[in-house]
Amino acid sequence: MGIAEWRGQLQRGEVSARELTDQLLSRIEAVEPTVHAYLEVTAERARADADRIDAARAAGEDLPSLAGVPLAIKDNLCTAGIRTSCSSRMLENFVPPYESTVTERLWGAGAVLLGKTNLDEFAMGSSTETSYFGPSRNPWNPERVPGGSSGGSSAAVAAGECVAALGSDTGGSIRQPAAFCGVVGLKPTYGRVSRYGLVAFASSLDQVGPFTTSVADAAELLQVIAGADPRDSTCLKAPVPDYRAALTQPVKGLRVGLVRECFEADGLAPEVKASVLAAAAQLEALGCELVEVSCPRFNDGIATYYVIAPSEASANLARYDGVKYGHRAEGAGSLAEMTARSRAEGFGDEVQRRILIGTYALSAGYVDAYYKKAQQVRTLIRRDFDRAFEGVDVLLTPTSPTTAFRFGAHAEDPLAMYLADLLTIPANMAGLPALSLPCGFDGEGLPIGVQLITGVLQEERLLQVAHHYEQAANVMASRPAAALVP
Amino acid sequence: MAGAAATASAKTATAPGSTAPAAWEAVIGLETHVQLGTASKIFTSASTAFGDDPNTHIDPVVCGLPGTLPVLNQKVLEYAVKAAMALNLHVAEHSKFDRKQYFYPDLPKNYQISQYDEPIAEDGWIEVEVAEKGKETYTKRIGIERLHMEEDAGKLVHAGSDRLAGSTHSLVDYNRAGVALAEIVSKPDLRTGREAAEYASEIRRIVRYLGVSDGNMQEGSLRCDVNISVRRGPEAPFGTKVEIKNMNSFSAIQKAIDFEIQRQIKAYEAGEPVVQETRLWDEAKQLTKSMRGKEGASDYRYFPDPDLGPIEVSAERREGWRAELPELPAAKRHRYAEQLGLSIYDARVLTDERAMADYFEAAVAAGADAKGLANWITGDIAAHVNANRLSYADLPFRPEQLAEMVQLIDGGVISGKIAKEILPELLEKGGSPKAIVEERGLGMISDPAAIGVVVDELLAAHPEEVEAFRGGKTKLLGFFVGQLMKKTGGKADPTLANKILNQKLKG
Repeated sequence: MGIAEWRGQLQRGEVSARELTDQLLSRIEAVEPTVHAYLEVTAERARADADRIDAARAAGEDLPSLAGVPLAIKDNLCTAGIRTSCSSRMLENFVPPYESTVTERLWGAGAVLLGKTNLDEFAMGSSTETSYFGPSRNPWNPERVPGGSSGGSSAAVAAGECVAALGSDTGGSIRQPAAFCGVVGLKPTYGRVSRYGLVAFASSLDQVGPFTTSVADAAELLQVIAGADPRDSTCLKAPVPDYRAALTQPVKGLRVGLVRECFEADGLAPEVKASVLAAAAQLEALGCELVEVSCPRFNDGIATYYVIAPSEASANLARYDGVKYGHRAEGAGSLAEMTARSRAEGFGDEVQRRILIGTYALSAGYVDAYYKKAQQVRTLIRRDFDRAFEGVDVLLTPTSPTTAFRFGAHAEDPLAMYLADLLTIPANMAGLPALSLPCGFDGEGLPIGVQLITGVLQEERLLQVAHHYEQAANVMASRPAAALVP
Repeated sequence: MAGAAATASAKTATAPGSTAPAAWEAVIGLETHVQLGTASKIFTSASTAFGDDPNTHIDPVVCGLPGTLPVLNQKVLEYAVKAAMALNLHVAEHSKFDRKQYFYPDLPKNYQISQYDEPIAEDGWIEVEVAEKGKETYTKRIGIERLHMEEDAGKLVHAGSDRLAGSTHSLVDYNRAGVALAEIVSKPDLRTGREAAEYASEIRRIVRYLGVSDGNMQEGSLRCDVNISVRRGPEAPFGTKVEIKNMNSFSAIQKAIDFEIQRQIKAYEAGEPVVQETRLWDEAKQLTKSMRGKEGASDYRYFPDPDLGPIEVSAERREGWRAELPELPAAKRHRYAEQLGLSIYDARVLTDERAMADYFEAAVAAGADAKGLANWITGDIAAHVNANRLSYADLPFRPEQLAEMVQLIDGGVISGKIAKEILPELLEKGGSPKAIVEERGLGMISDPAAIGVVVDELLAAHPEEVEAFRGGKTKLLGFFVGQLMKKTGGKADPTLANKILNQKLKG
């Protein structure tokens, strides 16, 4: 049942928020031992929130748009009074005294918090394997990673442990796990959604967005979380359009660009390529025009990203020094030792690796060759997109070169792991909205995702094309059986 | 390195065939941090109040808690731009914030949001008037490199000892963290301690005139760091630069620089190196000393802060702010000297504080003579205001009333002596001097006949003194003047009284 249908039934008293919440809490209890999507389940609060919604309905009040919709929130979004750990030992005991703007808006719209979900430590990773609290598992096959960094959120949605979830996307951290778990994941335009209360990884790239089981539900969530925020200077002031109304606009005559470089990328699995091309054909059948476009700098995104994101991260994570909050090493003899040991103990290997890369890239003598050069390439990538959008309305690529990989597959080779983000990073570099949705399954029964990208603030177009494809393709109708997917 | 520099400078500055090397010259630049007096901090609404209990003016943004974001306080931008325009700087239409990275516990994020390569304003100057006892006062234009905005850090309190060495632990107070600063960097145009002190006090005067800072050095609202080197004459290359910190008065700036100039000259002349370092001014011992444990050159790894967008100041906005600028101290000094005919000294004193200048100008506007007003204001009135820590704006004795008093003196209605007598009451309660004079009959006796009668009485009463005067003890005139004033209650016109006394005494 989609959120819109739920809203109608709840308003008419055919269902209760408490029933739905209880049902999901039971589901969580049943599958969590295997999936481990959640770091914390806030059952008591969820029931109280649901009861309040039911009482409001009984009193005849008009219910807000997400009334009684139980959600899971990635644990790098600050929730007042509820631990926000970023899956790091550093913040193992950090309880924020403030609420992030996005979650504040969700609770204001009547949504119910089910719990906080697992992620790669400080959102650095593509599999949840860098989580201090252990990885989450892919509901389609628990031997496989759920993707990352928002793997807890994607797994929770796929395993039916919540109606929808929030994640954050810096280089693909919503879209790649959405593809791996067979759900819809949307990264909005940079600045469309406030970052206030999102624990920063790379501030010029981070963006919050929803995980849902349908494109229509993604529109429902975006409708609530999008919009200007006086607490975030990078948040755009553009008015928020009616995303729900955009879904049903006709797609006939729209031009869909297939980015040549993506389909020629090294390591693109043949099954993924075939499935994504089939999705393109489906759009053509719906009346869209397919156009091949070239973005020569597309594949440079990853090298650029791995200079810019760690550079920003090295500064963003400097505040974790054991002085004010977070992990503090015991028994240090000096200030320098306290800082060094607190950070060495509090951060995992991948986080330390990225801090070191970023510190190096910003150092005197290297900043021109790395950080500044990367910013120039970033501009070129942006221009590539600008040129491409002169001729097309939406771009289409695979979301990830492969389907979900096995745990430990890239344990010895961080660079191979970084390549998982090859196709998602360019949209972050250019600040563009992008969405992943399921388009098929590989021979092992693992979901494949197709990525759609539009121009800045063109979320309506993005949701519209995705919705039409979803309705026509009905990918889930032919899904293989999976024990943990309801 | 320092030794080589000294040798090189000696070579360049010595004329061929000459035996005497050129005189030493100091090259001095100042970095001035001015706390901008906004009610809330630069990137959040937390209060900037000074002197409250530790960590009472903090919030999640000040503490750099995860997920918090800075948002520029527009009042800070206004104050910075106004200060920049008053310093004749070019205000940039586009500038940006950068992160300056270093680890220290008083810096909540372990980076300071500052401006690096695109400051809000560059390339200006101010005119400084250099007055020193026993030397001729001169004016000098001092170049200003730039002005940029940044956030202040918190404060460490070392416990268990009064200083870092020996303390058992340290506490952090973040009340000051995030307070807005304007950093003003001078060009190396200063040559003496006096010039530097005058430059710093002119900066203070300007920011106080603008109302963008209280410029309080004791509370740290205005802090100066000095860069200083010496060389053999103006043509020689620069010597090794030394930084001096920890001066909390203008006189400390002057003394620290004068001490440091002599220290460096002595070092060079003794063939000892001057090393690039930071030195602290020790007020108790009146000397600069090397700061212990100074590390090598820091790499701050500056990069643009992605949390803050570009800073845009349109020409329209800038000119709107320019229209709000008051007349500045230098312009006032010139006007007072040229149009009102005041001495350079009086012009300086009257313009030191905007409130005093406003008081003076209101009195001038009421029609009294500027010189007379200047004497009263810089003398008795200033003494009263300072001794009682009053403000000119709240003084009961209004400028128009002062003007009235000065007019009474200039018009010969009362003597200066009478004015001095009624002044304490006027300062205390205010009121019309004219009404007081009339009510109490304090007007001057200007009738020669009336004064003549009193003089005759006096001479009759003091025959011995008259005899002595006529015998050559002309100093006794003072005695008779005193007696006359006593008898007339100070109301006799002093000029007339002198004249009549002289006539009658000489017989």
